[in-house]
Amino acid sequence: EQSKLHMRFFTGEATWRSLELAGHVGFDSLPDQLVSKAVSQGFCFNILCVGETGIGKSTLINTLFNTTFESDEASHYLQDVHLRPKTYDLQESNVNLKLTIVDTVGFGDQINKDESYKPIVDYIDTQFENFLQEEMKIKRSLHNYHDSRIHICLYFIAPTGHSLKSLDLVTMKKLDSKVNIIPVIAKADTISKSELHKFKIKIMSELVSNGVQIYQFPTEDEAVTEINSTMNAHLPFAVIGSVEQVKVGNKMVRARLYPWGSVQVENESHCDFVKLREMLLRVNIEDLREQTHARHYELYRRCKLEEMGFKDTDPDSQPFSLQQTYETKRKEFLVELQRKEEEMRQMFVNKVKETEAELKEKERELHERFEQLKRMHHDEKRNLEEKRRELEEEMNSFNRRKVAAETLMGQALQSCSQQPFKKDKDKKK
Amino acid sequence: MTSSLRYKSRIPIKTDESIEEKQYVGFATLPNQVHRKSVKKGFDFTLMVAGESGMGKSTLVNSLFLTDLYKDRKLLNAEERINQTVEIIKHTVDIEEKGVKLKLTIVDTPGFGDAVNNNQCWKPITDYIDQQFEQYFRDESGLNRKNIQDNRVHCCLYFIPPFGHGLRPVDVEFMRALHEKVNVVPLIAKADCLTPNEIKKLKDRIREEIEKFGIKVYQFPECDSDEDEEFKQMDKELKECTPFAVIGSNTVVEARGQRVRGRLYPWGIVEVENQSHCDFVKLRNMLIRSHMHDLKDVTCDVHYENYRAQCIQEMTSKLAQDNRMESPIPILPLSTPDAETEKLIKMKDEELKRMQEMLNKMQQQMHEKDQ
Repeated sequence: EQSKLHMRFFTGEATWRSLELAGHVGFDSLPDQLVSKAVSQGFCFNILCVGETGIGKSTLINTLFNTTFESDEASHYLQDVHLRPKTYDLQESNVNLKLTIVDTVGFGDQINKDESYKPIVDYIDTQFENFLQEEMKIKRSLHNYHDSRIHICLYFIAPTGHSLKSLDLVTMKKLDSKVNIIPVIAKADTISKSELHKFKIKIMSELVSNGVQIYQFPTEDEAVTEINSTMNAHLPFAVIGSVEQVKVGNKMVRARLYPWGSVQVENESHCDFVKLREMLLRVNIEDLREQTHARHYELYRRCKLEEMGFKDTDPDSQPFSLQQTYETKRKEFLVELQRKEEEMRQMFVNKVKETEAELKEKERELHERFEQLKRMHHDEKRNLEEKRRELEEEMNSFNRRKVAAETLMGQALQSCSQQPFKKDKDKKK
Repeated sequence: MTSSLRYKSRIPIKTDESIEEKQYVGFATLPNQVHRKSVKKGFDFTLMVAGESGMGKSTLVNSLFLTDLYKDRKLLNAEERINQTVEIIKHTVDIEEKGVKLKLTIVDTPGFGDAVNNNQCWKPITDYIDQQFEQYFRDESGLNRKNIQDNRVHCCLYFIPPFGHGLRPVDVEFMRALHEKVNVVPLIAKADCLTPNEIKKLKDRIREEIEKFGIKVYQFPECDSDEDEEFKQMDKELKECTPFAVIGSNTVVEARGQRVRGRLYPWGIVEVENQSHCDFVKLRNMLIRSHMHDLKDVTCDVHYENYRAQCIQEMTSKLAQDNRMESPIPILPLSTPDAETEKLIKMKDEELKRMQEMLNKMQQQMHEKDQ
């Protein structure tokens, strides 16, 4: 097989020659080698669904992937917006897909929705941060890192028929520089064809006039230029979701059954579901992943690094300046550390002083108390002594009186007994 | 010439049935999308060839890529080579085949092993490889990463002379200096001076010595378990054939009614692409048709990561010791504070806690006393 290979031969003097070659070298298998590796590793895809409670996010995902992912109905009474990620392992043919669906629970329910967008932005940033941290590690394993960054945000617009809601505009504006957004009109079976046409135009013009950058299906690759540019004109997609099967004609199709007819999910004249599925899964899934990594993530990374004080060098300037920046940063960091340490030491010393003072105070109190008690004790003792003395005094005086009385009695007795005593004496004589 | 190594395409075949199948979601087209994008983006590959002069390196490269990369080059004579130092010369070519673009860089190392004293003659080579790693590291750590050029060396073909009995000291030293920086693929050069038996003995000998000296040459990855038996058998044969005994040729000769690349001898014609003559086809299949991407992956995931980790660790330890800025490689600050500071903070925390406890105890005691 004669293949004409065009070769440009680059020498130091930049001369170009084209040579003719005979033969098949074989590096045309390179894409196959790459694909083989990618397939054996498996792919991952992360979808974020943003929309009001009950607008049909879970149903649409179920319809897209033709399975029922378990999820509980969300309540309208949550205090703030939460993000609920769930990961599933899917397989089709020989392709393994790790799919993560992130649902925004409670979006649009609060009375004050000023902060509603924050949890969403935080979640997206956190996934970027995790990836950045992994990239900055010393020992890193990027080739088997589970990429949790959001590749696509499906924004569900309520089918009012008029225009975007203010919350929609605010939220999308906050998200458009962080994630690929595809807006979809949910529950499109409440809008008629003519209303839908006007609605789509209004929405797109509002987005454009407010500078919201939604995801454009890429048109550089010749293989998909035509289909992508056609689809770009159909945005936002008006979708309907259903996992229930209804008999239409002689086939069972997914549809919603109304008294007035059945709305078929896969009927392109009923809604744009097929278009969404085609664009999202069958044609541009790889581009979505690439844009997330090459554009949104790089922007996040650049901002983060600049925040940390890193400046990029232009090609001519000193390549060492980045290192100098690092040095300064490190010095700052050390100074900060020292300051913190000093603070802590100060705090410690203060605390010790405080504690000492407290202890001293307590000691003094104790001492006082002790003194008080001693005095009391002393007083009591004195009282008692006093009493004892009094008692003794009394006793003494009592004794004296007793003695006096006894003496008197004795004397009296003596005088009485002397006479009879004489008689005795006489008797004896 | 068709390749005898069948490459199993991983792209799923969509039959009409599967399209009608109700369960078909569609993400099975992912491999197609990846394929398309990679073709659009193009590929790049850097191949280094090393070995003494006259081993047939240039001829082999020409034979591999079916071109003449080395037109008009000058060869030095022996006298000029006495004190020859090793140079690094890069040739970059853009080639395209069936819509697949490849930016191929061949890194030549003329002068290797040619001088009389070849002490450390591989140093310029290891320095070059490290430089490419460093450049990539710097680019990767920068703020604007849109157009990073990957000049890292993905594979090094090392040419072992067939004239000896196995590996010589310079061969061992060279491969050991490089085996943790680049994928080393040893080859037996100019294999047309060896009979099949001699080749087998030499290969066994070399494999033994590689094992003995602990040289980590490039290992073919294991075959996927879902490949069929024929493929697995071929894979096994490939692995048992290393190191490949190769012959190259710049000339086309007539053999068996066909025009082939070969070498014309009085005693016969050696055909480069004849598998019973030499392992050239095996090498080409391995290097280009089946493992080119894996060589790149191993370079990125293993060799480069090792370099980067080592680099960062060296840098942080140096900077921790003293405040001199010697290492030119910029890295990002560690997100965790010094281990020492952390310890200090912990100690202080504990002291505070203890004091707090003592205070509490005293308070309690006084309470009791009051009562």
